Amino acid sequence: MTAGSGRNGRPGRPQPLQRAGAAAPTWTAGIDIGSTYTKAVVACDGEIAGRALEPTGFRLGAAATAALERALAQAGIGREEIEYTVATGFGRHQVELSDAQVTDLTAASRGACGFFPDTRTILDVGGQTMKAIRVGGGKVESFRLNDKCAAGTGAFLEKTARYMGFGTAEIGPLVATSKEPVPISGVCAVFAESEVINQLSQGAAPADIMHGAIVSLVGRAVQLMKRVRMEPEFTLVGGILRFERMVDVVRSELSSAVNVAPGDLVQFTAAYGAALLGQVRLRRLRESSVAAPAQA
Amino acid sequence: MAYAAGVDVGSTQTKAVIIDEGRRIRARSLVETGANVVRAAEHAFEEALRAGDVREEEVEYVVGTGYGRYKVTFGNTQVTEISCHGRGAVHLFPRTRTVVDMGGQDTKAIRVSAVGEIVDFCMNDKCAAGTGRFLGAASAALNIPLPELGPTALRGERPVKITTTCTVFAESEVLSWLGKGKKIEDILLGVHQSIAARSAGLLRRVGVEEEVTFTGGVARNLAMIQTLEERLGVKVNVGEESHYMGALGAALFALDHVRASRAPATAAPRAS
Repeated sequence: MTAGSGRNGRPGRPQPLQRAGAAAPTWTAGIDIGSTYTKAVVACDGEIAGRALEPTGFRLGAAATAALERALAQAGIGREEIEYTVATGFGRHQVELSDAQVTDLTAASRGACGFFPDTRTILDVGGQTMKAIRVGGGKVESFRLNDKCAAGTGAFLEKTARYMGFGTAEIGPLVATSKEPVPISGVCAVFAESEVINQLSQGAAPADIMHGAIVSLVGRAVQLMKRVRMEPEFTLVGGILRFERMVDVVRSELSSAVNVAPGDLVQFTAAYGAALLGQVRLRRLRESSVAAPAQA
Repeated sequence: MAYAAGVDVGSTQTKAVIIDEGRRIRARSLVETGANVVRAAEHAFEEALRAGDVREEEVEYVVGTGYGRYKVTFGNTQVTEISCHGRGAVHLFPRTRTVVDMGGQDTKAIRVSAVGEIVDFCMNDKCAAGTGRFLGAASAALNIPLPELGPTALRGERPVKITTTCTVFAESEVLSWLGKGKKIEDILLGVHQSIAARSAGLLRRVGVEEEVTFTGGVARNLAMIQTLEERLGVKVNVGEESHYMGALGAALFALDHVRASRAPATAAPRAS
């Protein structure tokens, strides 16, 4: 991964449709409109040049535009230089600035394989969904999805934190101090409230309760991964995987090494995948324009 | 005069009912359960004593029920809320064969015999979908107090279709409908219909046999009554005491003890 590669385009550079084999760089964008955050990636020849994130809120178009503008600014190019934009995520159909839409499964798989080419199984934990995907030869072979029950998604950790008076951003630092997880059943994010209150009243530490919630969530994740008949290498995707402890628990539950994109990149996996898919589509468009001789 | 009492410690509210030897309701009370469950039970009982102008020593037997029934430290015994709701419903509506109890975070479907014994029951013990908490989530998302949800929903004409199952996700779905310009009354009518559909599913698992009696705190909600009736295709019994049905059933069980202890010529001492 080379975030922020130094190939910034010059303003005003003409962008003719290049013939196959031409050397001029191509710029694509990927926008991932998730339930909680909207992520934008600007890529130059498939390498990330700029990225930005905005809370999705309820004005999806505005969030997408804002995230894209900031990613463009980071890359140092104007919007007219982007030759192809692909949208993904639950709000992908509500964004007008894209040329194409792809499902979250396709985008997350492509992004995970872009970061780690030997990926065979992907675990994607979002704010309101959890997905297990098995890929082979760059294609999705099998997947399982939970978007019905908050107990198997990031919302479970968010709720558990909130019941104890912590915000989402505090989950990582809080759980880092845990010594041992407190068992949390994790059957329902609503019922967890009484469970958390009972544990607190019995003197359990919030960090250990949070740790227990993570163990419970990862338990559900492993069930989902088993149903796609998981195989290594494993690649983890989603904002929650920024928390070191979360990755540790997955590693120990799977008894295996796992791939995680460093820092905040893990959150941009699907947006990156969308930008890569834009690159592929663009190449196909050019090839077909070569195959069909130029019209008069 | 001798009395018997029932105290129903629910997840959200605690109810107490005092009845006389003729099974007539002498007094009832309602307090928020809060964090101190033991205190809530005591408080509800004291309130009922005061409301009925009854002295504590006149109450010969107390039965605790509800999820916090073991925290009714002054109670003589405990009975599950399923038995109590069945008993209370058959007492007030003798032709009751099916009871639907909707509380703060659970919904129960109970089938009862002609004498109020439990034949079968079913409840959502793993998931809060379609319970009173669903209304709580809508209330929080739309910033409308709980008691106004029902009346507002009844003004709805074109209900939205709520697709989320999970109560946690319902909050964002409600907001997204609002973002799409739907009217609050239409969103709320959709919310009520979705709870009714889920409750009807639970009821079918025990079998819906008339008459159906609706109990629990949510039974005060007129839109819930209406949508449930539409969904089930039958009328449901609801009374002023519906919210207190568990406590009433507990009081009736308590009175059984009082009467049983009276059966021999000599009165038995109060168990403790």
